[in-house]
Amino acid sequence: MRQTFDVAIVGAGIVGAACALECAQAELKVAIIESSIVGGGATAAAMGHIVAMDDSEAQFSLTRFSQQLWNTLRTELPREVEFELTGTIWVAADEDEMSAVRNKNRYFTSRGVPAEVLDAAALKQAEPNLRPGLVGALLVPEDSVIYPPTAARWLAERAQQCGASLVRGKAIRLRGGSVEIADGTAISSSLVVNATGAWAPELTPGLEIRKRKGHLVITDRYSGFLRHQLVELGYLKSAHSVTSDSCAFNVQPRATGQILIGSSRQYGAEHSAIDHKIVAGMLARACEYMPALGKMAAVRCWTGFRAATPDKLPLIGPSVTDQKIWLATGHEGLGITTSLGTAKLLVDQIVGRRSAIPIEPYLPARGSREHVYA
Amino acid sequence: MPEIIHVSVNGIAVAVESGTTVAAAVLQCGISSFRRSVTGEPRGPLCGMGICFECRVTVDRLAHAKSCQTLCTPGMEITTDE
Ligand SMILES: Cc1cc2nc3c(=O)[nH]c(=O)nc-3n(C[C@H](O)[C@H](O)[C@H](O)COP(=O)(O)OP(=O)(O)OC[C@H]3O[C@@H](n4cnc5c(N)ncnc54)[C@H](O)[C@@H]3O)c2cc1C
Ligand code: FES
Repeated sequence: MRQTFDVAIVGAGIVGAACALECAQAELKVAIIESSIVGGGATAAAMGHIVAMDDSEAQFSLTRFSQQLWNTLRTELPREVEFELTGTIWVAADEDEMSAVRNKNRYFTSRGVPAEVLDAAALKQAEPNLRPGLVGALLVPEDSVIYPPTAARWLAERAQQCGASLVRGKAIRLRGGSVEIADGTAISSSLVVNATGAWAPELTPGLEIRKRKGHLVITDRYSGFLRHQLVELGYLKSAHSVTSDSCAFNVQPRATGQILIGSSRQYGAEHSAIDHKIVAGMLARACEYMPALGKMAAVRCWTGFRAATPDKLPLIGPSVTDQKIWLATGHEGLGITTSLGTAKLLVDQIVGRRSAIPIEPYLPARGSREHVYA
Repeated sequence: MPEIIHVSVNGIAVAVESGTTVAAAVLQCGISSFRRSVTGEPRGPLCGMGICFECRVTVDRLAHAKSCQTLCTPGMEITTDE
């Protein structure tokens, strides 16, 4: 029997899964095509920090919009998604970083995002295991933490309950009107969405997406040691570097009591093997901020690939080359957060709904104007 | 004559010979549940050589110390069954 779909989404990472659910809820007939397991790509490797970011106005709009969608959804999320409203604490190590705290505070509060500047004493009280001598921090209480692979699975299951079909198979070619699967079959669909994350250029050649490798380490269970997601403000400097490898202090409390320690960023490393020099640098950085981490037992270390675009914004909408092949990829280090916003913006465009935020910054066609590495 | 040192196991003072492992000190107290698994089952030493991680206890408030690989030191506070 040959079925025809309205939308065929290739890739069941958190982005593809969220898009499938949004399509199904808009009563579109949708297929999700996944070659491996649902949520097994970058989604399984990620930290699961749902975070409002302020690198650019467009990044802010999408992350804040998405963060609010997660907060609305929280009561529906099953326990295994491990949603916790931990908040983020942006840690300032010196006066320069403290002035960045004040700027961030102004930026957020003027846009309606609750935030609170902490002095050294308040920071110590909030996170007693940070080293002494830190200058202060910004607390953003509406940020949260989830467990990404179970979130992706839940989104995909809900999509199926709403009528979506999950197809196991590797897509080998996208055409306007169908997806060719490696087993020789084809899925016919009015629209095709490439949501294969860092693999997207394999199906849409010429796409400006680079793999940006990341390492994470998880400890054994140390309940109560850490309460908020902590990120150093120096992160901003290191995350922006496109030329060199970087490590930043970024730790997350898991519902199990485990501590997830990040994070590194590397371009040009295509192999998933663990790079021990990078891990050592990352752990040394973490111990600089939280010396007691040094005595804890790590149980696992792994890597994942972010899909990085030149301007650090995702690609959401029709591709430049074929109006029937759409993109939902390029989410770099924020795809867990922005999956829900991406799904809304994608389906708004498909069904001609008005979007809650301007969509222009994320349209793939913007790339034809700009080729700047920010 | 080996030196005798004192440690505490779950708040109770215990005298052991120096060179005693934490696992031996705990067993000396007649305790068999060193820790609880994620689902709450009792666990204790299995391999005795640092491989199985079943013998973990809390030493000086730091969880997950392998008791078979840790030697007692004077004043050490050992907590089991967590
Ligand atoms: C170390 C690390 C930490 C991160 N931390 C965070 C964080 O704290 N917060 C945050 O918001 N984001 C974070 N991210 C980013 C986040 O992981 C990604 O942006 C997000 O997972 C992207 O989801 P995706 O669905 O686009 O891609 P993926 O999860 O990679 O999914 C793509 C899917 O497509 C499938 N696929 C590929 N090719 C084919 C094909 N030909 N046919 C069929 N299926 C195919 C794959 O099997 C995979 O399941 C982190 C990333 C890394 C690497
Ligand atoms: S008994 Fe196996 S690690 Fe200690």
